[in-house]
Formats: sequence, C-alpha cells, structure tokens
Amino acid sequence: MPTLTVNGKKVTVGNDAVILDAARAAGVHVPTLCQFDGLEPWGGCRLCVVDMWQQGWDADWFKMVTACNHPVADGMRVVTASERVVETRRVVLDLLLARCPETPLIQRLAAEHGIAATSYEPNPTPTDCILCGLCTRVCDHIGVSAIASVNRGWGREIAPPFHEAPPDCIGCLACAEVCPTRCIPYSEGAGKRRIWDKDFEMLCDPVTGEAVITKAQAEHFAGRSGVPQGYFATSDTSKRRVMAATFSKLTVVK
Amino acid sequence: MRIESRADFEALQEQARQSAGSHGQQILVCCGTGCLASGSKQVAETFAREVAKRGLDASVGTFVKTTGCHGFCERGPLVALLPSGVLYTKVKPANVEKIIEKTVLGGEVIPSLTYKNPADGERIAAYAEIPFYKHQLRVAMRNIGRIDPTNILDAIAEGAYAGLAKALFEMTPEQVIEEVAVSGQRGRGGAGFNTSRKWRSCRRAPGERRFVLCNGDEGDPGAFKDRSIMEGDPHSVLEGMVIGAWAVGAHEGYIYVRDEYPLAVVHLTIALEQARSHGLLGANIMGTGFDFDVRISRGGGAFVCGESSALMRSLEGKIGEPRAKYVHSTEKGLFDLPTVLNNVETWAGIGAIIDRGGRWFAAMGTERSKGTKAFSLVGKVKNTGLIELPMGTTLRTIIFDIGGGILNDRPFKAVQTGGPSGGCVPEALLDLPVDYERLTEAGSMMGSGGMIVMDDRTCMVDVARYFLKFLTEESCGKCVPCREGLQQLLHIFDRLVEGRGRPDDLQIIERLSHGMQLGSLCELGKSAPNPVLSTLRYFRSEYEAHIHHKACPAGICRELTAYEIVPELCDGCHACFKACPVDAITGTVKELHLIHHDACISCGACFDVCPTAAIRTFPKVELKTEVV
Repeated sequence: MPTLTVNGKKVTVGNDAVILDAARAAGVHVPTLCQFDGLEPWGGCRLCVVDMWQQGWDADWFKMVTACNHPVADGMRVVTASERVVETRRVVLDLLLARCPETPLIQRLAAEHGIAATSYEPNPTPTDCILCGLCTRVCDHIGVSAIASVNRGWGREIAPPFHEAPPDCIGCLACAEVCPTRCIPYSEGAGKRRIWDKDFEMLCDPVTGEAVITKAQAEHFAGRSGVPQGYFATSDTSKRRVMAATFSKLTVVK
Repeated sequence: MRIESRADFEALQEQARQSAGSHGQQILVCCGTGCLASGSKQVAETFAREVAKRGLDASVGTFVKTTGCHGFCERGPLVALLPSGVLYTKVKPANVEKIIEKTVLGGEVIPSLTYKNPADGERIAAYAEIPFYKHQLRVAMRNIGRIDPTNILDAIAEGAYAGLAKALFEMTPEQVIEEVAVSGQRGRGGAGFNTSRKWRSCRRAPGERRFVLCNGDEGDPGAFKDRSIMEGDPHSVLEGMVIGAWAVGAHEGYIYVRDEYPLAVVHLTIALEQARSHGLLGANIMGTGFDFDVRISRGGGAFVCGESSALMRSLEGKIGEPRAKYVHSTEKGLFDLPTVLNNVETWAGIGAIIDRGGRWFAAMGTERSKGTKAFSLVGKVKNTGLIELPMGTTLRTIIFDIGGGILNDRPFKAVQTGGPSGGCVPEALLDLPVDYERLTEAGSMMGSGGMIVMDDRTCMVDVARYFLKFLTEESCGKCVPCREGLQQLLHIFDRLVEGRGRPDDLQIIERLSHGMQLGSLCELGKSAPNPVLSTLRYFRSEYEAHIHHKACPAGICRELTAYEIVPELCDGCHACFKACPVDAITGTVKELHLIHHDACISCGACFDVCPTAAIRTFPKVELKTEVV
C-alpha cells in the first residue's frame, strides 16, 4: 500500500491506484473530461495533468503526467495546481472552447480557469463533441464496438462504419449517457427507440407495459450472461412490486 | 545449406568469400530506389546482356551485380567497377558498350562519365576520392552498395552474421548486453535512448513471452536512410534482431515497414527466406537450440505509427494511436508483454558492434553520442544523398564538404534537422558538432536523420507553416493539445503568410507552443512546435516583418511579394517570357521585358530562370502605395 502526498497531504492508497485516486482520497479536485470510473483511463483530454516527483529524482525536478492513468508509487509527491499545470489546463480549455464555443460544460470549465473567450479562431461549425472517446470506449467495453473514431487529426470524428446505421448497435444508449456534453442524439416513443439513425424495437414489461430495453440489447445481454431474455424486460416498477410483495409476507421480529 | 554448427558457418563463410573473390571484374549497378527511378534497371539489364553476349563472364570473370543505394542519388544511375574502384555517374544504357570496351576490357577511364567536382570542375574517377564519400565512415551502411541484397552469400562474404555467430557461440546474453553497453550505442530513431539499457530492462522483465521489433516506419519528409538500409542490406537488420532476441530472450519478432517502401518489403522477404533456409533464423539457429523468427508487418501509412506505442497498437491490429508510456514498453509493450523496439539503423549497427567489439564503436563519435550516424542530405545542396558519418561532425563539413555547398552558390540560410518535428539551425551555428545533445540545445533534434538545407530563397515562416501542415494532417487527434493546437497554429500561420498577421500573434504562438510541449500525449505533439519555436528563436525579425510590415523578406510568400525586372540587368533573353505561366510578362527578344503586376501571381518562375539575375522581389505593399 503506497503512501504519497498530494499537495502536501499524506494519503495511502491501493497498489493498483492511479494518481487521480490518490487525489480524490486526499480530497483534492482534479478536473477531468475523458475519465470515467469503470472504463480504462485514456489520457486524451489532458485536463488532469499534475506535477509529480518520485523517490530518487533530483529534489526540484518534477514531471508533468496525467493523473488518470499514472500509477502511484511509495514516496511520490503530487502537486495538482503548479503554475505550469494550471497554464497547460488553460491552453487545453482555451482550445476546447474554440472547438466547442457553445457547449455549456466547456464554457463553465473555461470560466473556472479564467477564460471568458477563446484566444483562437472559433470553430465556424460549432460542435458539442469534444472527442473524449468515452462513447466508443463504453461501446467497446460492452462488447459491441458499433461506433469508432474515424479519420485523424482535426478531421477526427465519432461515427458508425461508413456513416450508415451501425449494424452492430444494440441501442443501449450507453454512448449517449456517458457523453459528458450530451451530444449524441436519440429519440424514444411508441415502443420504439432511434439512435445513430437506427430504429429499435423495445421490449415491454409484461405486467406494467413499460418499454424497458431494446430487443437487441436484451438478446446481447442474454447471450453474454446466459440469463434468460425475459429477465431484462422486467421494468423497475415490476421489480419493486415483486420486492414489495416479498417484504409484505415477512414477519418483522422486534 | 543449413548451418548446424559453428564449423558449418565458417565453412559457408569461406565458400562465400571464395565465390565473391573469383570474379575478375565486378560491375556494381546501384539499384536503390533513387537510381531505379533514373533508369538503373535498364542499365543493369544492358550490362548483363552485353557481358553474356561477349562471354565475358567466362573469359575474364566479369560479374554484373545489382546493389543497394550508394547514397549519391543526385548523380544516379551509379555504376562502380571493381577492383579498379572507378565510379561512373548518370550512366545510361547507351553508355554500356563503351564502358565494357574501354574500362572493363581496356582498363581505361571514360572521363565524361566520371564525377565532376562542382567546386573546381575537376573530374574524379576514383570512388574513394570523391568528396561526397571521402568524409564518410560507414557502420550501419557498411555493406550497402557492395553486396547484392538478394543474395545472402554475398552478405556473408562481407561479414554478415559473423557477429551473430560470435554472440551465440562465445557470449552469454548478459555479455552481449554488456558489449552493447560498452559501445554506448543510442537509438537511431531519434530519441537517442541507450540501447543496452532498453535491452537490459526487457531481459529483467518477468514472464516467458517477449518480442523484438524493428521500426521501419520512416515517415519524415526528406528522410530515407532506413529505406536504403532495408533495401540495400536487409541482412544487417536481421542479424541485429537475432542478436537482440538472443540477448533479451525473445523468440518472436516483427519488422514494421511502411507500405510505401515496396522494394524494402521485397528485399526483406527474400532475406528472411534465405536466412531461414540457411538456419540463421527460425528454429534451432546455427544448431544452438535457440529459436527466433521474424515476420514483416506493413504499415498503413500513418506517420504517428512510427511512435513506439502507436506502432505496437497497429501491430496488434488496432487503431495506431499512442498511449501513455508510464509503464515502459520493455515491461508492457506489444500485447502488454515485454518488448524491445529499435530503429532499423540501430539494428543494422548491432552485428558490427558484436563482431568488432563495443570499444571499436565507442572510439568514434563524441563523449555522449558514440559511433556513426546516417543522414539523408537533401534540399538546396549540390550533392544530395545518403551519408553516414561519425557523431560530432560539424554541420559545415556535412553541408559544404560532403554536400558540396549550396546549389547555384546562393547563400546558406538554415538547415532543418530531425524531420518535421525538428528545428531549423541557422548559419551562426554551422560549426555545431552534430550529436544528440547539441542539436537539442540548438532547439532541434536528431530525429530520423533528415537534413534539409535551405538557401536565402527560403522564408522561415513559410517553412514552419509547411511542417505544421504536415503534422496537422498526421496528428492522430487523440489528445486535445496536438489535435486542436496544431490546427490553431496552422490558422495563425495561414494568416501570417497572407499578410493578415495580428500584433499579438507571436505571443499566442509562443503560449500555445509551450502548452503543446507540456500537455501533449506523445512525442509527435510534444515536438510539433519545434519548427515554429526554432524559427522564431533564430529568425524572429522575419516573423515581425510579416506581421508589422506585411512583407516577406525572403520574397517567397506570394500574397506579400511582387516581382520586377531591373532594367540595367535585363539582356532581353526572353527566358522569363517563356517561363511565365500566366502571360504576365511582355517584351520581345533583345529588348527590356516588363512584369505586369495586375496579372502576376508571384510564382517566382521568372526569377528561377533568369540567367542574369535581373529579376528582384519587393514587398507588395510598396506596390499598392505606388498605385494609389
């Protein structure tokens, strides 16, 4: 269990922890955009940069690393808001604000770092996508990989193959829900769901009639887990009712 | 024949040497990519036909050999004759008969085909006396141009696999690593990481399975040293990899070659097959029980795949994007297993280091940069080509002695080293000894060994923009500073070269550049601002002229430059009239010509063809005031 300091505060964290875990344990906020607990860290947004020193290094020599994926080590010293760290975050947010001038999340983060307007050429076709890759990573994680990043450099974008309705998509909405700027559109209604230009049939709860899950998603989960498909079509309301019925039969012992 | 023991190998060496020494006369035709493009294949075929027709192969033992790149691509197709050591340049199929009659049979030199030294107009017949070759010292490229790269026996005759035999039969893996440590060799891919340290750390990494990789994804504009090594002496690369695999305990290897190098792929494939069939690769190498095999993987054309972690992702079949290397690839590399990745040139040097000893290698070069280094010398120099020199050679020697000085004897302005992420080194630093540290101190880097020489007709703002554009297209786009930063830098540079620069642009450039250096994920983004910052450091006044005076001092940026003819110098030769693509020049032969500014597109075609240097450039803004 390595012990390290974050802004002077001593914390002990698990062997597999990264600097971000240590910062959280120390109660220090480090801004992030492309990080999501439960997904592999990616290190793309560069917002979580911190200064870091390790045992055996020259006393005044710090290395700038991303907190989301750098492993901790015993005796490590982390400084989360040195001058160059804050400056680097400002440059990153300034650039993102040029890319996404109308996105509330970016506007707020930029404002928090003292940036009211971008220093750069604002994007003539504003987008809300910051290319954090969370949507494609969560899709990979679920084992579907229906969408991916295409092209490189500033032409990079998130898209289904050939910009057509993705054959592998199961309509689970994980991409839309994980998106920090909520920029993946979808619509629901009348037992249907539509995302990435693909229509999905919803499975409805046999008791309440609520639309619960897409048929494709239930099939995917059933196939992976071996649990019968019907289980996934049970709505939360139904589950609560079953639970309540179970509780009502219990005798409470005082 | 399959080698089963050291005695077998030595017997094969002897046989190869005898066979190579049996030729009375050797005609070496360079068939590197450069010479092939100038028609050397036809030259080689004509030689072969002519020799066969005359029966010279039997009567005087004349032997025609197609070799890899001799380096002097500027003068290709090149034909070298042994044992006389005569080098003929720009040889055409029509010259073949004469060469055979006069030189091969008559022992006479044909002066018109020899190299003419631009410095004094003297003809030089002997290969070794030509300044381009005189200053060179070849280690990684030791056999290129001397051997037929498709014939393993030819390579063995010149010493290939001798280092491997020594490593396998006389040394333990630890001793091999120690020998490489003594040599002090550092990675030739650009970053200059100590080879032995990399190997040692991989050897120590836990686990059974590990990999040895060769990075042949040379993608820098103007760099072609790795290509020439893979094409001209693939066995040197293979030998190095087998030795490396023996040292770190790997049994699997990959060579990652960019697909734009088809000849390299062909020659490597042939070399792999030949090495396997001779027992120098595959199972039970040289009968020692050591197994190691290599596969070729062809890159899809992304510059960023030359970056180690992106290369490994690409080899895994994933998108070639870099990832954080907080855990070294020597511990967690390809498929998250311990991996050693070295550059083509690094591998090519290993066989020689083991064969001749680390001390021999360490005796060359500077204190911290040992040995020799290959460079691709291109741009506005008289002798462009591929060279290898001891570390610490000055830029002046490289550009003026080997390169023969600047084309058309124009003034030297700067040399860009290290590829698109390198920097521009100005005239004041011409005496800089070239090694890893000195280049970094000068704001540039060793990089892939590309050297682009620039004359006074080069606008440094335009040069920085060119490299920015290249990198903007090649950035993978994973991290924000590189993807968005490069695009914004390019926006600013587009403004500058069009005369729309703003007073605070330099401040924005500097701030953004430093943010990119600190914040980018991989070396592509971290080093991307180098061309910008180095030109700003040495040529700041040029930037200021673009912003404040809307002028391009070098007279290159089209939007800012106008052309005119100086009446006293114009002799009415009509060359500019013919060169102008938009008919903006009027005038009849032997009379003064005139450029019409309303039609002129400032392309500079007239400037380049004028034999009397009668065309001058001036800032377009002056033109506007005149009109108003």
